[in-house]
Amino acid sequence: MATLKRFPAYLRDIQEEIEGHARNFGLDFFPILYEVLDYKTMNEVAAYGGFPTRYPHWRFGMDYEQLSKSYEWGLSKIYEMVINTNPAYAYLLEGNSTTDQKIVMAHVAAHVDFFKNNYYFSKTNRKMIDGMANHAARTRRHMARWGQDVIEDFIDTCLSLENLIDPMSAYIVRHRERPEGEEPEAEVGRLRAKGYMDSFINPPEYLEAQKKKKEEEAKRQRRRFPEQPQRDVMQFLIENAPLEHWQRDVLEIVRDEAYYFAPQAMTKIMNEGWATYWHSKILTEKALTAAEVIDYADACSGVLATAPGRLNPYKLGVELYRNIEERWNKGQFGKEWDECDSMEQKRNWDLRTGMGRKKIFEVRRLYNDVTFLDEFFTLEFCVEQKFYTFGFQERTGNWEIMSREFKKVKDQLLKMLTNRGQPVIVVEDGNFENRSELLLRHIHEGADLDAGQARDTLRNTAKLWTRPVSLLTKVDGKGKLLRCEDGNISERSAEYG
Amino acid sequence: MSQKIDLDHGRFRQIIRGKIKQNLRKYISQGEMIAKKGKDTVAIPIPSVDIPHFKHGDKQQGGVGQGEGEPGDSLGQGEEQPGQGQQAGDRPGDHLLDIEVSLQELAEIMGEELELPRIQPKGTEKIVAWKDKYSGIRTTGPESLRHFRRTYRQAMRRQIAMGTYDAKNPVIIPIREDKRYRSWRSEPLPQSNAVIIYMMDVSGSMGDEQKEIVRIESFWIDTWLRSQYHGIESRYIIHDAMAKEVDRDTFFKTRESGGTMISSAYKLCAKMISEEYPADIWNIYPFHFSDGDNWSVDDTHTCVELLKKDVLPNCNLFCYGQVESPYGSGQFIKDLTEHFDEDDRVVTSEIKGKDAIMDSIKEFLGKGK
Repeated sequence: MATLKRFPAYLRDIQEEIEGHARNFGLDFFPILYEVLDYKTMNEVAAYGGFPTRYPHWRFGMDYEQLSKSYEWGLSKIYEMVINTNPAYAYLLEGNSTTDQKIVMAHVAAHVDFFKNNYYFSKTNRKMIDGMANHAARTRRHMARWGQDVIEDFIDTCLSLENLIDPMSAYIVRHRERPEGEEPEAEVGRLRAKGYMDSFINPPEYLEAQKKKKEEEAKRQRRRFPEQPQRDVMQFLIENAPLEHWQRDVLEIVRDEAYYFAPQAMTKIMNEGWATYWHSKILTEKALTAAEVIDYADACSGVLATAPGRLNPYKLGVELYRNIEERWNKGQFGKEWDECDSMEQKRNWDLRTGMGRKKIFEVRRLYNDVTFLDEFFTLEFCVEQKFYTFGFQERTGNWEIMSREFKKVKDQLLKMLTNRGQPVIVVEDGNFENRSELLLRHIHEGADLDAGQARDTLRNTAKLWTRPVSLLTKVDGKGKLLRCEDGNISERSAEYG
Repeated sequence: MSQKIDLDHGRFRQIIRGKIKQNLRKYISQGEMIAKKGKDTVAIPIPSVDIPHFKHGDKQQGGVGQGEGEPGDSLGQGEEQPGQGQQAGDRPGDHLLDIEVSLQELAEIMGEELELPRIQPKGTEKIVAWKDKYSGIRTTGPESLRHFRRTYRQAMRRQIAMGTYDAKNPVIIPIREDKRYRSWRSEPLPQSNAVIIYMMDVSGSMGDEQKEIVRIESFWIDTWLRSQYHGIESRYIIHDAMAKEVDRDTFFKTRESGGTMISSAYKLCAKMISEEYPADIWNIYPFHFSDGDNWSVDDTHTCVELLKKDVLPNCNLFCYGQVESPYGSGQFIKDLTEHFDEDDRVVTSEIKGKDAIMDSIKEFLGKGK
């Protein structure tokens, strides 16, 4: 890129120094290309999600306006941005102090290390700059052919469903394809019995009836469409909705980008925690001069500040890594540790195992936010870090602290992070009531859907499916079926089952 | 690169414009925008701009936080806290987004939607202001206006021409003749002057609801006329049996009681015009709002005379808006129509309620005068 030439020498020196320290600590990252941007361009690039080459869409303009406003009013400032590509592109804000730039570069090196090594990024397209540019070119071509309004409207519709994907599908096998015609014999469970009692305890007629029932079940299953409920609603629509070529193409673009960004939502806490851990390590132990300490402390306290009713992923992440490091340094893990009941003993537990550093590197490679917290968010950590749950109190009309109980805090955390905090919606039936209508099911896990948005989203789904679409959900504990036909929504109670 | 976001941003603003246009009638009748008025902008809640998704309702969701406090403590203004009174939405398009729009833009949108004609101001040729504009360069001037780049270029040119320029040691030293200064020209700034004179009946029969209507309507009239004239002035007159000039705040808040002598206001208005606003260079817009209940037939006669003799010959447009009130007889509008039916400088409009504000604005301003 032409602008790279302007990367000032003093910053290049800092980059070299910081990356040297980072490598010595064992971080392993793609080459990083920095660009220095003024705040306007920074806001622009941020509005495009880090990719200056996105397809044209008004939503980026909206984000840009909001970013610019909040910068002008002094509410927020983007210090840094880095994208998951190889080589990685990172943006620095022009006019930041040298101390700030040092922090940012250390932070960025750790992010890129995370992108490169974390399992959940292993299937992402590292040439996404080109990917995005291709998407933009395709979109422009469609716009030239069909008109900007038509394409933009359609993108709106697709974006409405962008969270209905299955981010885990790249890493697990949801269901295996069975070879054609090879059906497993329907096994019927038999009660255990001595030989002479067998025909009484497992009467052959009964077994026969059971077998038949199972086979019929399997047959019905095969006739179901989709055979199993499908979480990747976008994929289902791409494959099965009666779409024009260009429509299918646009839908694929939106889905592709949603999958590209999904791992970042799945590892927000881990990724930010990791970057914060390393910028603080590299700066305080290596790169900081005495004159910069105050500026550093100021910037750092800003990053780690907590506010009531808000979870700071930087804070939670970095504290948890530090906690893990300490525990593995002192041998505070394993069977004996788990079974120890004495608080006194636990407090002074130190086996000098010194495996902390190794452990956190392993954690950054294998975990995502859900598994990270599920495994390492302990009672001691919860108490020490003063976590609480909060909720909306109907009685007072206020948001209040609900509880400091460990189990509740952890459950709430995991619930918030599961499926990136998005409701799980599956395609239940692509031929609902035998009228080629679409039935979606909201897998209700305690929280209702936002009713207003659900209706609008349902309308958008119906636009793609072109036939009526229904959504089975629960409202206030009762089953509800929303049905959208020709843009009109009707609602009736239904068996959620 | 910076052009690209401008396109997307432009698209966004265009969509906002469309949404405002669609919902203009609602905004006008609810008057909710006036509350959020800044200096030159208003914040408008726009429904369903953002893209809808299947997502959890906020209130059942709750969350996890970190820090001090006991269970039961309120969290105050946490970020998760949605605005007050925002019920779990059961209507579509419940997701509102506050967008800032300049008054100029708002006026344009209203103009398009109501198909208001642009006003052809009188007295445009009258030059009332000169504006200094830095548009040229000259060789003399104060040092504070020295044009660095031009001076440098001139000095460099001279040195090269003289052969004293050394590429290895490129020191440029300007001499007196090299110096260049910014110079200005005074340009005539054609300006048309306009004044709006608001008159309102504040007698006992004008209730809060009636005043609210006047308030909303005058906000929009003001917005429109401001977009048509630079530097518009507003004057406010309230009257019951007596008329007096007040400031804007008092105008909308005062509640007097007692009888109504409309002529008192017209007298004051006529005086104001003759003393301060010579009709040949001022565009004058008197607006009068009342519930149409005048004290006596005699007074109505005086009013008609005043309008004919002193007010109408001097103003662009005289607008009378009659707000419906349970107490007023609503006679005055009939009297006016009877006398001025032929005169297109007089516009009367009956405002039945908030929903009628928009039509009333169209009646007032639809003539392009």
